[in-house]
Amino acid sequence: MSVADATDRLRDVFDGNDVRLVVGVFLGIYVTFIAVSVLLGFDLNGTVNTLRRITFLAAAYALLSLALNLQWGYAGLFNIGVAGFMAVAVYTTAILAGAPTASPPGLGLPLWAAAIGGMVAAAIVGAVAALPALRLKADYLAIVTLALGEIIRISVLSRTFASFSVAGLQLGTGGGQGISIPDNPVRGLYYLDPSNPTAGTTPFGSAAFAFFDTLTVPFFSGTGVNQTVVVGWTYALVLLVFVGLFYVLLRRIGNSPFGRVLKAIREDELAAQSLGKNTRAFKIQVFTLGCALMGLAAILWQGSQGYTSPGEYLPIQTFYVFIALIVGGAGSNTGSVIGGAVFAAFLFEGPNFVKRLVGHLFDLGTAPNTIVDAVVPIASLEIGPFLTYVIGNIEILRPVFLGVVLIYLMQRRPDGLLGHRKEIAAAVDLSKRGETDG
Amino acid sequence: MAEAAPAPGAATEGADRPLRVDGLTKRFGGITAVDGATFSVDGGSLTGLIGPNGAGKSTTFDLITGVQQPDAGAVYFGDHEITGLRTHEIARQGLVRTFQITRELPEMTVLENVMLAPHGQRGERLWQSVLPGLRGKVVEEERALRERAWETLEFFELDHLADEHAGTLSGGQRKLLEMARVLMTDPSVVLLDEPMAGVNPTLQEELMARLHELRAEGLTFLLVEHDMDVIMSHCEHVIVMHQGRVLAEGEPAEIADDERVIDAYLGG
Repeated sequence: MSVADATDRLRDVFDGNDVRLVVGVFLGIYVTFIAVSVLLGFDLNGTVNTLRRITFLAAAYALLSLALNLQWGYAGLFNIGVAGFMAVAVYTTAILAGAPTASPPGLGLPLWAAAIGGMVAAAIVGAVAALPALRLKADYLAIVTLALGEIIRISVLSRTFASFSVAGLQLGTGGGQGISIPDNPVRGLYYLDPSNPTAGTTPFGSAAFAFFDTLTVPFFSGTGVNQTVVVGWTYALVLLVFVGLFYVLLRRIGNSPFGRVLKAIREDELAAQSLGKNTRAFKIQVFTLGCALMGLAAILWQGSQGYTSPGEYLPIQTFYVFIALIVGGAGSNTGSVIGGAVFAAFLFEGPNFVKRLVGHLFDLGTAPNTIVDAVVPIASLEIGPFLTYVIGNIEILRPVFLGVVLIYLMQRRPDGLLGHRKEIAAAVDLSKRGETDG
Repeated sequence: MAEAAPAPGAATEGADRPLRVDGLTKRFGGITAVDGATFSVDGGSLTGLIGPNGAGKSTTFDLITGVQQPDAGAVYFGDHEITGLRTHEIARQGLVRTFQITRELPEMTVLENVMLAPHGQRGERLWQSVLPGLRGKVVEEERALRERAWETLEFFELDHLADEHAGTLSGGQRKLLEMARVLMTDPSVVLLDEPMAGVNPTLQEELMARLHELRAEGLTFLLVEHDMDVIMSHCEHVIVMHQGRVLAEGEPAEIADDERVIDAYLGG
């Protein structure tokens, strides 16, 4: 196969323009954060690490919003329990893969098997939630999933399940202390013993570390990139590969008769039924698959840090995914990826960097202690204290900031940043005709 | 005049009268929308269902197609009962309907709307659409379907709108789209709820001619229509409903002279 053939095939799988769009957005994000890093006086390692964190979060949110897009964007299924399904998958994986000697003990399965187990568990919980709720009106699914998500989080937090035994096997969720997840396989690429970097590096690891250790880049101070940053970047790249896989899968689902029925269900379920479509069966399938994909996204995300705890699965996590999808435009797979990236870079990480940047460039003095102290001076046209307060408490105010962004988007760009997109649900190009074309 | 309810289940009845409704009743609170309606539709006929507003025509359609469940009575399709079946199961057997207030899928293109319709598409199974080895056949089937959809759109004079979102169509165009869609399902009995409302007169005539053609091929149509000219000149049998009951039945000429029908329309 020639290179031209390969690019043609690639273009068939991805829409050429859309790939350019996604690459453009990522480049824009990188340029912005390189500039921010330079302004903050980061050295080479710090800059590369900043980009690693952004890439990682962008990929994680892209994966989650792609999965949510399948449920909400395509079929109109309002799942507000994203965090709960994530928790089911990650905890199941942790329990299946954990060492039998660990605390809490696990079953010691290989990681890949445990990850599949986690996805299946999320799918089953999704199906169980969906079966009764999908028979009712759309709103009930939202209520059921919201409640289920919280039940799951509170259950894994509960001391009752922190340690329990099933059929003689001692298992547990670790309760509030969380549970460890086996080291991610990417570390095995670099280290002989993934859990102990000091035990030596693999030949590949030695070569890579040697290269990055002495790396210098013009205009950046400092020499070399840390081993942890190199390993972290590799993991982020693996996540990006999964974004590509998710995208291809969802595109295939969307551009098919199956996707057409999903769209019809979203538009008018009775019309779809009147044309002989068993809408309930379609909804259950797509909901279950969406939950499995959310599960995989969560496993990939949490798998990077070797440890997870119930605090990761608060309802706000679900809303973050919704905001990412709304930013990109529900119903569009390309939009989901872009939404995930833009959300992670500018809305999630952005405020933090704004705070550091402002703090670095200007002397703000001490921030007022309370919002009252911040707001009252506005009456005398002094907005300084208010700005200092906002910058100083930007992390706490992030939900407020996100709420404002959401309201703005809903009013000004309800179809997402990309505007209204026509993504056609058919396995062939509908602008062409004839038995052989497209 | 109104015949006795046909004996349900007889095989010959099923072929001659593919659709039979027996004592159909539906109450909404204190109002009885359909009150023991009993009628049958001859195979290969173009039967009119008329009656003043609120006579229960649309509700009868809803009851036949499983959109609503009757409080009493039964619906027979072919030689078996379909009462209580779900809407999609009834449609799959070949009994489909259009809606008085059109239910086009607004954010889908006209072509997508039409391509949605055929039953049992290979690619409606998730794994067939996704797995690399099987996807090829789905694409092949889609190509053939695309061509068929274009031909249907051409007939209904909607081909110039193929790429438009269905939501942007005019009222008459939506009616046409719904008709195109149900015909794509290869039905045997079609219930049309005011299909001519908003359709221009020239196209109306062409549509009626097309319905007669399809009828000759064995399709059966039950037509709710307020345009009496359409009913009188095209239907060989007319059923008149009033206050949820079948008031009269017969040939158009008989119906036009029926005192009770005239009274019902004049609010008697």
